[in-house]
Amino acid sequence: MKKIRMTVGILTVTLITLTAMSCKDGKKDDAAEPMSDEMHQEDGDNQGDSEKMMTSNSNKSASDAIIDNYLKVKNALVADNQEEAADAGGSLVADFEDFDKSSYSSEEQQELTDIIEDAKEHAEHISESPMEHQREHFDILSKDVIDMIAITGTEKKLYQDFCPMYNDKKGAAWLSTTKEIKNPYFGSKMMGCGEIQKEIN
Amino acid sequence: MKIIKIIVLVLLLAFVGIQFIPTSRNLSNTVPKTDFMLMNKVPTIIQNKLQVSCYDCHSNNTAYPWYNKIQPAAWFLEDHIKEGKAELNFNEWGEYSDRRKNSKLRSIISQIEDDEMPLDSYTIIHTDAKLYEDERTAIIAYMTQLKNDL
Repeated sequence: MKKIRMTVGILTVTLITLTAMSCKDGKKDDAAEPMSDEMHQEDGDNQGDSEKMMTSNSNKSASDAIIDNYLKVKNALVADNQEEAADAGGSLVADFEDFDKSSYSSEEQQELTDIIEDAKEHAEHISESPMEHQREHFDILSKDVIDMIAITGTEKKLYQDFCPMYNDKKGAAWLSTTKEIKNPYFGSKMMGCGEIQKEIN
Repeated sequence: MKIIKIIVLVLLLAFVGIQFIPTSRNLSNTVPKTDFMLMNKVPTIIQNKLQVSCYDCHSNNTAYPWYNKIQPAAWFLEDHIKEGKAELNFNEWGEYSDRRKNSKLRSIISQIEDDEMPLDSYTIIHTDAKLYEDERTAIIAYMTQLKNDL
């Protein structure tokens, strides 16, 4: 009698565990199939929030939030600080998700969607990679952000710098707020490598 | 003694039980027009290599290994495939913009150069998926060409 009760007990526990597990699995399936589903939802939520907070002149500040966290990633890479770069990369992902494109022309929106989709992936990688990979992704991220600013504009004073040595001498650009060259691709190894290519504002 | 018996029994039951949990399978009979091989003139040798070494996790169709239906291995596979496809899906190549193609190609080149892809956990069983030095050089050269032509 005792044995039977125990067996029933075990079976019940197993069943409950299984049910719980399969539920979780099912949910995971839904969310993962087109991974964007989840993200779109988040997008929507965030947009709602940001709309409430922002005035009609909101786009400048939205792109400025991106630029601010981009610069944080840049500064962390200049300082050879993987952890800080990863943190700022994570914030950058959220900034890209929050970005409200609605006030731009449909052509610009298309371009911005493309830029942001690409840039978000690079920011995600920066948030979870070792430093050498962070720098590779920062290279393309910089191009994306430069292209984004070409559309959105910014009130910040920025310098577009270029280091001809990085990536097997293919070179790479980055943005900075100071005239002085501080290289985020080599950090302390070659801090001064690069030159100002262009001034924004 | 009794406790050990119970634990073993529970584990056994759980193992049998988890076999009944359905997993989503990454299988597709059709190759969409947007596939990497259809969008580009890929040399046959590279085509074959990509198919064997990359397509299991980076396309809509996986050639599943024998253990694919045994849990928890199936979960492990499912997870990798999901992650792999989110990162890069060769079947959807034509849907990527030039900007994203450039990013993907850069990552493909870097991952192969650094010997990070294909994953060790994958090639340990799929020994034919392993990339040898000449194969790596060929794929990198081809992908670099593609990137420069964008």
